[in-house]
Amino acid sequence: MKMVNITIDGINMQVPEGTTILEAARQANIRIPTLCFLKDINEIGACRMCVVEVKGARALQAACVYPVAEGLEIKTNSDKVRRARKVTLELILSNHDRECLTCVRSNNCELQKLSKELNIRDIRYKGEQTEHDIDDLSLSIVRNNNKCILCRRCVSVCQNVQTVSVLETVNRGFNTKIGTAFDIPLANTPCVNCGQCIAVCPVGAIYEKSDIEKVWDAINDPDKYVVVQTAPAVRVSIGEAFGMPLGSRPTGKMVTALKMLGFDKVFDTDTAADLTIMEEGTELMHRIQNGGKLPLITSCCPGWIKFCEHNYPDFLDNLSTCKSPHEMFGAVLKTYYAKKMNIDPAKMVVVSIMPCTAKKFEAGRPELSAAGYPDVEYVLTTRELAQMIDEAGIDFVNLEDSTFDDPIGEASGAGVIFGATGGVMEAALRTVADILSGESLPVEKIEYTEVRGVEGIKEAQIEVGGKVIRACVAHGLGNAREVLDRIRAGEAEYDFIEIMACPGGCVNGGGQIIQPSEVRSWIDLIVERTKAIYAEDRSMPIRKSHENPYIKKLYDEYYGEPGSEKAHHDLHTTYQQRANYPLDN
Amino acid sequence: MGSSSCSCSVADEKLLKLQKIIEENRNKKGALIHVLHEAQTIYGYLPIEVQKVVAEGMGVPLAEVYGVVTFYAQFSLKPKGQYKISVCLGTACYVKGANLVLQKLDEELGISVGDCTNELRFSPESCRCIVACGLAPVITINEDVYGRLSPNDVPNILAKYKE
Repeated sequence: MKMVNITIDGINMQVPEGTTILEAARQANIRIPTLCFLKDINEIGACRMCVVEVKGARALQAACVYPVAEGLEIKTNSDKVRRARKVTLELILSNHDRECLTCVRSNNCELQKLSKELNIRDIRYKGEQTEHDIDDLSLSIVRNNNKCILCRRCVSVCQNVQTVSVLETVNRGFNTKIGTAFDIPLANTPCVNCGQCIAVCPVGAIYEKSDIEKVWDAINDPDKYVVVQTAPAVRVSIGEAFGMPLGSRPTGKMVTALKMLGFDKVFDTDTAADLTIMEEGTELMHRIQNGGKLPLITSCCPGWIKFCEHNYPDFLDNLSTCKSPHEMFGAVLKTYYAKKMNIDPAKMVVVSIMPCTAKKFEAGRPELSAAGYPDVEYVLTTRELAQMIDEAGIDFVNLEDSTFDDPIGEASGAGVIFGATGGVMEAALRTVADILSGESLPVEKIEYTEVRGVEGIKEAQIEVGGKVIRACVAHGLGNAREVLDRIRAGEAEYDFIEIMACPGGCVNGGGQIIQPSEVRSWIDLIVERTKAIYAEDRSMPIRKSHENPYIKKLYDEYYGEPGSEKAHHDLHTTYQQRANYPLDN
Repeated sequence: MGSSSCSCSVADEKLLKLQKIIEENRNKKGALIHVLHEAQTIYGYLPIEVQKVVAEGMGVPLAEVYGVVTFYAQFSLKPKGQYKISVCLGTACYVKGANLVLQKLDEELGISVGDCTNELRFSPESCRCIVACGLAPVITINEDVYGRLSPNDVPNILAKYKE
């Protein structure tokens, strides 16, 4: 790589040719403010907050897209630069709904932070303001364009990363806005509710549809038995909301906090992930042994499921019929558990804490109701849980640890790794390998590192019990599309595929604690949170789903065996083709 | 979805024509704008049904098609009338009171610029200088030119096109 000599604010340095001024400045510990920039996702130089003086250039240049060349002299902190940034920010603010106190992103807003940093005390431009309706018809996502600063990160992630492409920049000039085709509400588009748009939004223009008040109401209703469960990935992000470092896993504190909030029982969705493996692993072996439809594709991820229903209806028969783990758990709670504990399922309310916004839509699917009631009533994101903890005045960081409730409180490490890309695949392989080989494989043979990692599409031929399974793991819907297109074209053949809608899997879900560009542009959130997931796996006494004693008990006492008729009724589901834009809306 | 379910609202002949154009341009990079132009020539405007056919045929998301259509002024989401009225708002016409002419026109037709009267007869638009500044303020109705107008002339002019 060719190195070039440049000068930034009088500091001479050598950097590889083509490095952006922004990155070069970072290496010199010089911070250039950004707003629209999000590394690898949105590098378009649109907002002009990162402008710098480049010697010899006619105008100020956007540091985030300007590649350095030999001899470049840059000033990032001149009077001209500072004034320009301030004027630009004032102009952005002049057409922004500045009700910060009641904004969902107050205190975690990149625009608010920048206003403070640049010492904005007055907005001199009092021009016309655009007014937009709020789209809150989706069960998962709310869009408020009055907060939008047109950075286009959401458009980029929706189109380029997820290839869902329902968000676009529409109209022109002052009327420009982020919208959908014909302003159709998100709910009536092929939006899959993954919430990646929320995760990248620097302001409060896109956020989850909140169910916090409904959950408070349920908790405070003496007639209701309110059960909460938490997904594997929630525990490796929730600490971030309370200032804990990335990669913390305050599982015990989270359980304590949930008990303090007043839930009657606190369970771990990981237990249901073990159950999923029993059902899905059995399904996989059945399909392989009986010439069933292959590849089998995992069905844990509701973003992926809706994507498949819209875009790949020819693959609906490939989907595992297993409900996702938290829905399975809801079904078990309202059937087996309700009976065992003598609780009227009509009075039971199941709340799922998920790293996900698509789970909100999923919980509303009418087909997911094993006992005649929704398996899960409410889904809260990791962010909503943090909000409730704040609202209750709980000092999260200083909480004592506690453990999940019995009798279905224990989970295996296999259940935990569902939170990372490749995790469901690995968990399934751990169980299938034992069953096919008829022995219990030792710890050193159960870590399938070939399906781990951040690479978008992972392929492996894995021998389990004398059978070679052609496996593929895809995360991020753009990667899923690529895999499915290759299968359609006859260019690839697999037995088992894991697909997660969000890049990195659930650890990077659309419901996780939002990290600003300044953090996530330079630190790989996926890597940090995933490390915590695998550390949690290694800390578990049981590493395989089928060795979880509660799962064994559940089959002994209630379901008989995996794939039984009763199991099918409660734990499996169906899918339907969905029109992308139904004409009658 | 798709062309088959569209045929109920869009005449088959037009649809076939559009599909042929899409076929010819499907794998060409940057052909979307050209196809939209042709589609507008065929249908007169670009309603959702037409944009869906283009989106699906060209393999481009509907949101992106809509984004392009709403960006360029020459694309219209609304039908155009039999008579397209262009009111010149160039500098010369403007200082000679073109905005008053436009206002009168809107009043008479009961609609505003960009819309179309219910019976699909008139669609008023504003336009840039048409280089007939000596006639300012000037309007055109299809190929006919009317100059040195006062707002009071508008009703009589419109009457000619109402028979």
